[in-house]
Amino acid sequence: MQNAIKTENLTRTYQRSKKSSKKSSKKKWDNSQPQELVALGGVDLNIHSGELFGLLGPNGAGKTTLIKILTTLLAPTSGKAFVDGLDVVTQAREIRPRINIVSGGESCGYGVLNVEENLWLFSQIYGIPTSIAQERIQQMLEIVGLQDKARTRVSQLSTGQRQKMNFCRGFITDPKILFLDEPTLGLDVNAARSIRQFVRDWLREKPGRTLLLTTHYMMEAEELCDRLAIIDHGKLLTCGTPNELKQTLQQFPQFQLVIELGNVDQLNISTIPGVKEYRLTPLQENPDSRSASMPVNSVQPIFSCHLTLAEEAVIGQIVQAIVSAQGKILQLQKHQPTLEDAFVQLVGHRLESGEQGS
Amino acid sequence: MSNQQMNSKLENQDYPVKISWFALTWRPILARAYPRMIGVRRQPSWVFHEAILPILSVAAFAYVYRAMNAPESYIGFVILGGAMTAFWLNVLWSMSAQLYWERSSGNLELFIMSPSSMMTILAGMALGGMILTSIRALVIVTAGILLFGVVLQPISWWLFLLAFLLTLLALYGMGMMFASIFLMWGREAWHLVNLLQEPVYLLSGMNFPLQVFPTLVATLAAIIPLTIGMDSMRQILFATPGFWPLGFELIFLTILVILFIYLAYRFLRYLEDKSRQEGKLTIKWQ
Ligand SMILES: Nc1ncnc2c1ncn2[C@@H]1O[C@H](COP(=O)(O)OP(=O)(O)OP(=O)(O)O)[C@@H](O)[C@H]1O
Ligand SMILES: [Mg+2]
Repeated sequence: MQNAIKTENLTRTYQRSKKSSKKSSKKKWDNSQPQELVALGGVDLNIHSGELFGLLGPNGAGKTTLIKILTTLLAPTSGKAFVDGLDVVTQAREIRPRINIVSGGESCGYGVLNVEENLWLFSQIYGIPTSIAQERIQQMLEIVGLQDKARTRVSQLSTGQRQKMNFCRGFITDPKILFLDEPTLGLDVNAARSIRQFVRDWLREKPGRTLLLTTHYMMEAEELCDRLAIIDHGKLLTCGTPNELKQTLQQFPQFQLVIELGNVDQLNISTIPGVKEYRLTPLQENPDSRSASMPVNSVQPIFSCHLTLAEEAVIGQIVQAIVSAQGKILQLQKHQPTLEDAFVQLVGHRLESGEQGS
Repeated sequence: MSNQQMNSKLENQDYPVKISWFALTWRPILARAYPRMIGVRRQPSWVFHEAILPILSVAAFAYVYRAMNAPESYIGFVILGGAMTAFWLNVLWSMSAQLYWERSSGNLELFIMSPSSMMTILAGMALGGMILTSIRALVIVTAGILLFGVVLQPISWWLFLLAFLLTLLALYGMGMMFASIFLMWGREAWHLVNLLQEPVYLLSGMNFPLQVFPTLVATLAAIIPLTIGMDSMRQILFATPGFWPLGFELIFLTILVILFIYLAYRFLRYLEDKSRQEGKLTIKWQ
C-alpha cells in the first residue's frame, strides 16, 4: 500500500521571540531558557493511502506544526516529509493542487462577500471552472446545513456558521489529501455529528483519498479514525488503531462484579487458573454507595469484586465458583478502557516526567 | 439525484485533476479582483468617498489656480493630477497593506498553499484596485470637463491610452512590490507609506509642471512612476513641453513596469521562503 503521508525524523524548532532573547542577553548568567523551542522532535509517521488518520495530543504538542509542514506552509528544520510521495520542500508546487486544509477557528474570507462568493473565490485559486465550483458549493452547503446563509455576508455569520463555511472550502477543491485541524471546533452537536458522517462517506466515496485529522474530542477520534497517533512535546508516543491503543493500556480483560455472599471463606477465586488479579471489597459498610438495583432487604453482605483475567473465557469458571459458594451475582460488567483513558495515561505520564526534567 | 451525478463525475476523474496554467492564472486574478470591486461598492459610503470627495478636492485646487490667474492649462493639469493621484493613493493605501492584511485574516496561508502563484493574487488585487479607482478617476475627469471646461486635445488618443496604461502598470507594479515589502517589514512599512504620500503631492508634479523643480529633485521623483507617467500624459494631452522627450518617457515607463513586477516577484519568493523558514507565514499577530 502506498503511503499518502510519510515523515522521516521530521524536526521543527522555533526561535524564541526576540523580546525574550533580549531580556536573557541582559542577564547573561541566566541560561536556563533555551534559545530554541522544539515543536517537533524527530517524528516518523506513515499514513497509508485511503486512511482516515487521527492525530491526538495536548495543546502545544506539535499537531498544527506537523500539518503546516505537510501543507508546505512551514519548512522542516531537519528530517524529511512526503505528501503523496512528493517532498514537501523540493516539490511543494506539485503537492499543492492535491491538498487542502480546514482549520478550526480560522477567519479566512472577505467580510464584504457572501458565503457563496467566498467559497467561489477560494475555488478559483485552484483553477476550478465556475460551473463545477457552483455545483460543489451548493452540495457542500446543503451537507453542513448552510443553504439558507448562502447569500449572507460572512461578516454577519456566527462562529459556528463561519466554521461550516471553512469546512466547505476544504472539500470544494476535491483534494486528494485533506488536512482537518480541529474541524468541528465550535460546532453544535448535530452539526459536528453530520460533519463526521460526511467525512467518513467522503473518504470512502473515491479510492485514493486520504484524510489527516486532529481533534481534542476523543469520541470523535475513536468514531472516525482508522488509525491514531498520540503526540506530545513534539514526539510520537504511540500509533495504532483505536482498539490497539486501548489495549496497550489494558492488556488483559477486566471485570467488575457485585455479589451477595454469606460466607466469604467458601469462595475460592484466586486459585482458578487464568486469574491474574483478584480483589474483593465489602460494599455493605457503606450503604450509600449501593445502587438502586440492589435489594434493600438483603440479609447477606454485599461485595464488590474486581478481576483481571488472562482470557475472557475464564469468567465462566468465576461465575460457577460464586454460585457454588452460594453467592448471588447482582452485577457483572466488563470494564472497557476508553481512548481517553489511554490518552490520559500516555500523556499524563509524559507531563510528569517532563516536569521533573526541567 | 444531482448528488449521484456529482459523485460519478468525481469518480471518473484522475488524481490530481489537471488544471491548465492558463486557468490557474486568470481565474485567481479575476477572483481576487472581485472582492475589491464589489467590496467597496457594498460599503454604504462609497458614493461619497469615490465621487464627491475627489471632485471637491480637485475643485478646490482649480479655483485656487483661477484666482491666481494661472494659465488655463494648469487647470487641465489639476484634473489630470487629481485623476492620477486617485490611483496613486489606491496603490499606497490599499495595495501596500493588502498582503499584510491577508495574513492577519488567514487568507495568505490559503493563497500560498494553493496551486496558483502569489503573483496572480497580487495581480488580482491590482486589477481590482485599478478598475475601482478608474471609476473615481472618470468622475474627476468628467467633472473637470463639465465644471471647468477643460479641453482635452491629445496628439493621439492611442498614444494617450498607451501612456495611461503604462503609467497604471508601473504604479500597480510598484504597488505589488510594496505589498511584498510590507509583508516583510510589517508595521514599520506604514512609515514608508506616510513618507511617500506627502512629498509625492509635490514631487510628482501633480498639481503643477515638473520643470518648476530643480532637476535633481525631479529626477529623484521620477523613480515614482506617477511622475513620468503624468508628464508624458500632459505632453500628449496638452501638447506642453515635457521633462524628457515623450518617446524616452514611454520607454522609461516600460522599463519601470518590468522592473517593479520583477522585483515584486523576487521579493515575494524571498519572503515566502524566509517566512517558511521562520514560521511567520501564518502568524496571526505581530
Ligand atoms: N510561529 C511560531 N513561532 C514560535 N513558536 C511556535 C509557533 N507556532 C507554534 N509554536 C510553538 O510550537 C509548539 C507546538 O505548537 P502547535 O501549534 O503545533 O501545537 P498543537 O499541537 O497544534 O496545539 P493545539 O492543540 O493547542 O492546537 C507550541 O509550543 C507553540 O508555542
Ligand atoms: Mg493546533
